[in-house]
Parts: sequence; C-alpha cells; structure tokens
Amino acid sequence: MTVPPDSAKAWSVAEFFAQALAIEIEASERYELLADQMDVHNNREIAAIFRKMAAIEAHHRDVIEKRAGKARVDGKPAKFSWIGPSGPEAIDFEDVHYLMTPHQALQLARINEERAARYFEEIAATAQDPDVRAFAREMADDERRHVVWVNEWIAKFGAEERPAEDPDPPIYQE
Amino acid sequence: MTHQSSPTLSVVLTGSGGAGVMTAGQTLLDAATGCGLYGLMTRSSGPQIRGGEAAAMLRFGAQPVLCHGDRFDVLVAFDFENLQRFAAEIPMDATGLIIADPAAGETPEFLRKTGARVVHVPMAKLAKAVPGGRVSMVALGALARLIGLPEDSIVGAVAKSVGKKKPEAIAASERGVLAGAAAAADIEPGARLVTPPAADKPRWSLTGNEAAGLGAIKGGVRFVAGYPITPATEILEWMAPALQKTGGVLVQAEDELASINMIIGASFGGVPSLTATAGPGLSLMIESIGLAVASETPVVVVDVMRSGPSTGIATKSEQSDLNIAVYGLHGDAPHVVVAPLDVGDCLMTAQWAVHLAESLQTPVTMLSDQALGQTRAVIDKPAEASFPTRRAVWTNDGEAYARYALTPSGVSPMALPGVEGGQYTADGLTHNVKGTPSSQAKDHIDQLDKRRHKLEAFDYGAHWAEIDGDGDIVVVTWGSASAPIREALAAARAQGHRIKLVALRLIAPAQPDRLAAELAGARRVLIIEQNHSGQLWRYLRAHCDLPAHVTPIHRSGPLPFRPGEISAHLQKGLES
Amino acid sequence: MNMSATIERSFKPADYKSSVKPVWCPGCGDHSVLLSFQRAMAELALAPENVAVVSGIGCSSRIPAYTNCYGFHGVHGRSLTVAAGLKVARPDLTVVVASGDGDGFSIGGNHFLHACRRNIDLTYIVMDNRIYGMTKGQPSPTTEPDWDTAIAPGGTGLSPFHPLVVALASGANFIARSFSGDLGGTARMIVEAIRHPGFSFLQILSPCVTFRPDQQKGWKDIVRNAVVPETDDPGRAARRLMTDDGFNTGVLYRGKRPPYQPAPLASMDPSQLETEFDI
Repeated sequence: MTVPPDSAKAWSVAEFFAQALAIEIEASERYELLADQMDVHNNREIAAIFRKMAAIEAHHRDVIEKRAGKARVDGKPAKFSWIGPSGPEAIDFEDVHYLMTPHQALQLARINEERAARYFEEIAATAQDPDVRAFAREMADDERRHVVWVNEWIAKFGAEERPAEDPDPPIYQE
Repeated sequence: MTHQSSPTLSVVLTGSGGAGVMTAGQTLLDAATGCGLYGLMTRSSGPQIRGGEAAAMLRFGAQPVLCHGDRFDVLVAFDFENLQRFAAEIPMDATGLIIADPAAGETPEFLRKTGARVVHVPMAKLAKAVPGGRVSMVALGALARLIGLPEDSIVGAVAKSVGKKKPEAIAASERGVLAGAAAAADIEPGARLVTPPAADKPRWSLTGNEAAGLGAIKGGVRFVAGYPITPATEILEWMAPALQKTGGVLVQAEDELASINMIIGASFGGVPSLTATAGPGLSLMIESIGLAVASETPVVVVDVMRSGPSTGIATKSEQSDLNIAVYGLHGDAPHVVVAPLDVGDCLMTAQWAVHLAESLQTPVTMLSDQALGQTRAVIDKPAEASFPTRRAVWTNDGEAYARYALTPSGVSPMALPGVEGGQYTADGLTHNVKGTPSSQAKDHIDQLDKRRHKLEAFDYGAHWAEIDGDGDIVVVTWGSASAPIREALAAARAQGHRIKLVALRLIAPAQPDRLAAELAGARRVLIIEQNHSGQLWRYLRAHCDLPAHVTPIHRSGPLPFRPGEISAHLQKGLES
Repeated sequence: MNMSATIERSFKPADYKSSVKPVWCPGCGDHSVLLSFQRAMAELALAPENVAVVSGIGCSSRIPAYTNCYGFHGVHGRSLTVAAGLKVARPDLTVVVASGDGDGFSIGGNHFLHACRRNIDLTYIVMDNRIYGMTKGQPSPTTEPDWDTAIAPGGTGLSPFHPLVVALASGANFIARSFSGDLGGTARMIVEAIRHPGFSFLQILSPCVTFRPDQQKGWKDIVRNAVVPETDDPGRAARRLMTDDGFNTGVLYRGKRPPYQPAPLASMDPSQLETEFDI
C-alpha cells in the first residue's frame, strides 16, 4: 500500500495510530532482515546502514506508541490483516544486491521515506477526522525530516554505483 | 527349524493353455494338508500372461517341508506343450512315474531319458465325457488314486475354495475326480504319500510374502507405500486390506522413488512404515535410503530378491542383492540388513526388522527372495514373537531440543510433528546436533560416529543367526539356501557326521566377534549361497577374520539348491 | 486447511521464523516468499508445531530451516512424495511443500503429475526463477528457449514447461500464480491455497538476482493481476491458459474434487489377521 486506502478517509484516531504503528514496525523489521542478509554476505558497511535505519524506524515506532497513548479500538490494539501488502516505508527485498554501495542503499531508503511522507500527507489532506489530520501531519513532518537526514547521509558518500563485474563468481553449494 | 528325516513325496503338475495347472496345484496342496500332511508348493511358468506353459511343484511329508527334494516322484502332464522349458527344474529318475494324456502325443525326450515309467490316462476325453468336467480334476483324481490321497479330500478342497455358492461346480469336480480315479484303478502305483502325523498342532498355510506382511503389521507398521514389481507385489496386495482392518493405510505410489520417500514422510510423522520391492526397485530407492540414514528416519524396505542383474529373470530366485543392500549407498552410510531363513521365518524377521528400524532410527533392508516370497508352505503356527518396538520420542521437558544430540547409545529422541517446542528440520545435508546444516569437520565426524555407534552398540540378541549342531565342519549360509542345507545336514548327521550350521539372519552390521566364536576350532568352513560372485563370502572376508580353510560354494539362480547338491559339497568337505 | 486447537493463542509473522539466517542472495525473491509464508501462517493462526514444511533440493528448498515449523529437507525432486506420505499418515498436520522450478518440474515432474492427480490435501509452492540457481545457472524446464547458458550455448531450443497447464490437466484442485514482490498478493494466495481442500498449487515467480538479474529488473514491470476472475470450470480455465503469457497473477482455478485421504476401515488387533492362514 504505497497510497492510503480509500477507507483511510474515515479512520478514527485509534485506527490511524494502529496503521502508523504497523508501518513503522514493518519498516524496522524489514531493515533488520536486510541488515541480516548483508551480514551473512559480509557487506558490513551496508549492514550497518540498514541497522541504523532499523533503529531510526524503531525509535519512531516508540514515539508513535507514546503518542498513541491510550487510543485503542474496542479496548484492544487495532487488528489488521497480516496479509496486506507491504507498508509504504518497507524496502522491497527484490531491490537490493549484496554488492550494493552505500549510495544505492541510501537512495532506496530515501525513496521509502519520501513514499511514507507522501502517504501521510495524503491522509493529512483527506482524512475526515481533524485529529487524524493533525496526527498525520505530524507523521508526515517526521518522515520529511527523515528524508533530510538521509540526504545529508548520502552527501557524505560518493555517488558510487556497484561495479559491473562481480570479481567473485557464484559458488556451487549442492 | 526343520529337516527331513522321514520320507517325502514330490509331485509336479504341468500343462498349458489355461488347463488350470496352478489352481490344481493349490487344490492338491489344500487336499493333502487338509489330511494332516505338511507340504509346500512352488510354481513356474512361461512368459505368457495367460495360456502359457505352467508347472506346479509340490512336496509332502509328515514334518514341515521347507524346500524341494532332489527329484520328483510323480509328474502329471495335462499336455507336453513346451515342457522342455522346465526340464532343469523337474529332475526325475527311474523310480519316477509320469501320468500323461495319450492325446498329448509322444513323451518328450528329456523325460524319456530319465527312465521314469509312463502311464496313460485319457484326461481330455474323460473330462469331455462328464458334464462340467475339467482336465485338471480328472488328473487330480488319477493322481490321488495312485499316491494314496483320498479322493474326497480333493473335492473337499475344491468346495472350500469355490464356496457354497457354486454347488454345481463342486459336483462337476467330483465327477471329474471320480472319473480320473476310476481310470487309474488298474495302474500300478509308484511312490505313495506318507501317513500324516498323529499330533494335531495348529498349522498355517501361507507364502513368505504373506508372512512378511503379517510380521510387519504385528511389528507396528501402519503405513505402506509401494509400486508393483515381481515377486514382491503380493506383499502389497496382502497388506492393503490388512492395513485397512488394523488402522493403517497403503498407497500405491507412481514409482519406487515415490514409495521410499512416502514412507520416509510417514515415518517422519511418527508412523512405522514399510515398502516392498525387488532388485530393480531397490536400485531406484538407494538414494533415498541414504536420506533415511542421514536424517535418522526409521523405515523398512523389503527386497524380495530375484535373479539379476538388471531386469534379469523376474520369476526366479537368487541371493544376489546382498552387495547393493549392504554397500549400495553413497558416502559412509551404515544401516541394518536382515534376511529371513525360510517361509515361516519371514514373519518373525519382518517383525524384528520393524523393531530394529524403530529402535535404531535407521532404514532396515530385509532381503527375502522369490523362493521364500512366492512359495506356499504349511508350517506349525509360529510362536508369538514379542519385540518391545519403541521409537525414542521426545517430550517437552523444558530443555532446548537438539534432534541429533550425541547420546551414550547414539540414539537421540525424535520430536514428532505436533509437539510444541520440538520443531526441527530433518535433513540429508550434513548437520549439527540441532539439525542445522553444517560443513564443519567436527559436526560431520560427530554425526558419522553417532550413526555408526548406535548400530554397533545395540544388542541384537539371539536372532542374529540360527545355530545348530556342533562339529569341526561349519557351514555358514543365509536366506533360502538354509532349508536345502538343513536337509543335507540331517542326512550327513544321520551317518554320524558332526557339522555345525550357522544360518545368518543379521547381515549388517557384521558381527565379527560372534561369528569368530562360532567358527573357533573349525577344521573346514563352507560358505554356501545362491549368487554368482560369492557375495556373502566376500562380505564376511572383508569384515571378519575367517579361518584358513574356507570353501566358498556359490552359484547363481535360477535353479534352487537341492539337498543332494549340498550333500555332494559336504562330502568333499568331509573327505578333505 | 487444518485449524489446530489454538483459539487461545494468537500468532505474529515473527513466530514462524527460526533463528537461522537465510543464505539466499540479497535481492532473491525467496526472501519475500518466506515473509509471505509467515504472514499467511499468522493469518491462518496455525500453531507452528502443527505445520510441516517439506522441500527438495535447490535454493528455494532451503526454506524449511528458516521457518519455526517442523521441516523435512529431502532429496532432489521428491518433496511431493515425502509430503504425501506425511499427510496421509498424519492428516492432523498442515503440510506445505516448497520447491523450485528445477526440483519441481524436472526431476520432480513425474511426482508433480501424480500429486495433482492424487489430490491429497497439500499446498505446493514452487518458487520459479526459470533457472537452476544452486548449481550455477543451468536452464530449467521453465527457461526460455533462447536463454544462453554454458551447458546449453545459444539456448536449449526447447519449449518451456507450462506448470499451470500441467496442473490443470492432471487434476490439481487449486491453481494460482503470484509474484514474490507482491507480498500481499502472495500471502493472500498462500492462505487461500491452504484453506482450499485437496492439492493446491501456487507458482510464485521469484527472481534470481544472481543468474537472472533481468528478472529482478523486468518482472516487476511485466507482472500484472489477471484481468479475468477465477473459475471453477476446468474448461474455462484451460481456455484462459491458452492466452496466458506466464505473467498473469491471481487464482486461476478453484476446483471441487474431494481430497484423497484414505482412512482405515477398522482397527482390529493384528492377531485377527492370522485366521486366514489356519488350516
């Protein structure tokens, strides 16, 4: 769901926070899994970048949880279907490569943060509940701030693409 | 275990074109054993599916009969079509009697040469003369009269098999039998049946394949997957309804590769499982038997050996799959191989095989053969065998679970799917104690040691071999070769010779210490088996210290060992 | 589909992942398939110990050890048969079979036919990357005829195997295709495949970043949801497949054959079998 569903217009505050939380949890978990993959493939630099992104998302998740405060749906945390599409902030597994450069990894991260920002901006513009609009505005601003951080980070690395030739041929395993 | 110290009578029925030789043989067996005799029956046929030439070979005695003798006393030929095919299998001599239909034409030369007496009964003509008459019934009637079998025992046997639904069939059979008996009234008889024993012990009539199926179910097998192959198909066909009745299931798989993997899957789920095949099928299963070894999944694979190599002679017996059973797996993959000794022993050995597989979490290959599997024998009802079949199963005790933990016995408890906390992935990949794939030297060696140790440390008990007699001549053998050897030994012992027999039931792992104990002090050791290359002999040489004077005696199928043939070998051994 | 007695327990996708880190290349579609599987399990609320994942050999077949379910990693091409034996012997378990295009359609081809025909209640997931990845890049039955490889220079020249066609012709009871990059769609189809009784077949296009980087770039653009809805009419499904280019995702066919689950008729003591031998 790179764009909010139509039903988002009618969300309550509790539903909004449930979705926001799900988005941050997923983003964080996804970065952790990608960091694990990079660790297994001995690309420590990218692993470190993804772990840092995971930490940023996890922190964001904690912040949202606090902000959500007591807002609950029917006395329980809002349930969502496990089988929905990925949130706007989670990198697709198919977009990475074990030789990807920091530049490429951070580009991906920025794309995701921008997507998340647009997601929340859409809700801020169209939600019926004024509180939801306000909270969505805050989330969008958070994500925009993330975009700025990532851009600053990108600036520190050269615009390096991965080499066309992989000097390590693939290995037979079985 | 048995030997023939009292006379026996051997009869062969031959005919073709749907004359009913096979059914007649069964009827004759049922009739004679219904009178209290013991007996066995084997069959041979041409390659045609129907209408081919067929021979039913039977032998009767006052004690359990577990192999054929050296010659046939009576041959009843419904006709002589292609009888030459069976020449080597139906030895006769001048003491024999041939009952033939004169309409069948001239007696074949190979039979004339035996010197047996030929008598004529016009079976076809007599059969046509009575309503519903069949050649086979006329023939059995004549035979019955000549060998001293009451005619009504034949009719009784027909009635039992045909059932009450067909009184006309029974009546027609009776007419045929009586016509044949009448026609034989003026013929001078030859050899006659012995008097049945007085004792009335409970007895069974069954084939080795049926016995194996029963033994497996008694051992706890409740899942079978199999693919039809001669001569193992009857195991599957007998077990299918038997499993339905006892809470199990049989699935016919699309091939042997599916069969072995299905039973691995079922066993992984906790259900003792079995498949049955022959040499070509065993070859197909080899890779996955190795998977069972590596993943420590118990299964039983019954190989009803037939004459090889490759497609070979599907309907004939041979003991030539020992090599592939023991050595066939790639890598170092020790596992258990057992072999039953006679038709009745198929039951206990199959039950034992299940017990070994489950206790050791390993595949067990049971090497039966066509001579056992497709021979129908009358035996004393076997004693109940009891093996505490137990698979070590993990229960959640709060400790972290390691499926392939290194234990003192080498056997590590198996978590069954459905048990919370026991989740693991069974693997053919080399793995560590948790089952996680590992290429580490320590893990590989640890697991190899574990799997070897669990087999070597196990107490196989007395069933590893049947030992009888004593003496400084020792005969070592296995499988269906045992029965003719026993008969030859009985004759030798009756002449005062002292010979020990070691009939191995546990082929792998080898038992060098126990075998050495049995061979200690032997002046001469004969290793006798039915294969071209001496597979058991070479296997024992590889694993055991054999004494200097070992005489390997081995020849291929398709012909069975006969007691006289063994006696000739023994004679040479005794003389030297 | 089997619902275990776990009404009291609720599950998150993370509950279905083991601690073993996948060795799949970063960029491999199988990472997404694993996550979709976890999500599907959580949605179905199946206790991990009541699920068995059975696989063969290949990159895709590594998946059982990455799950927290019971797993069986067997030999090449035989996963369907191990799963069949397991499910028939243990009908209480949910059995999921995982394979790749080589393991499943080449050496496993015969078992594929018979598994569809036999219609045991299994769910068969084939991660199709149109290549043999584990052995360094040979063509598989689904590889395009002109795909150049060392073992088949210039391409095999052979028409590719059409797994959905074969599944339909052989009697599979549920046939679907998804794309690994579509996590939600794949998870949804896994749920429905498991829920549907009988043999459910799901082909998941899962790109191989190492040997088919063209897939990684190209498939996302070409894969599309099927325009027409699913059907329970094999004839209609067959006609649909005649115009399928291999990139339509969705549920193709949902049949009504009753699943094969032989059951014993009785459970008498084995000693009662002996009476047939009495003389």
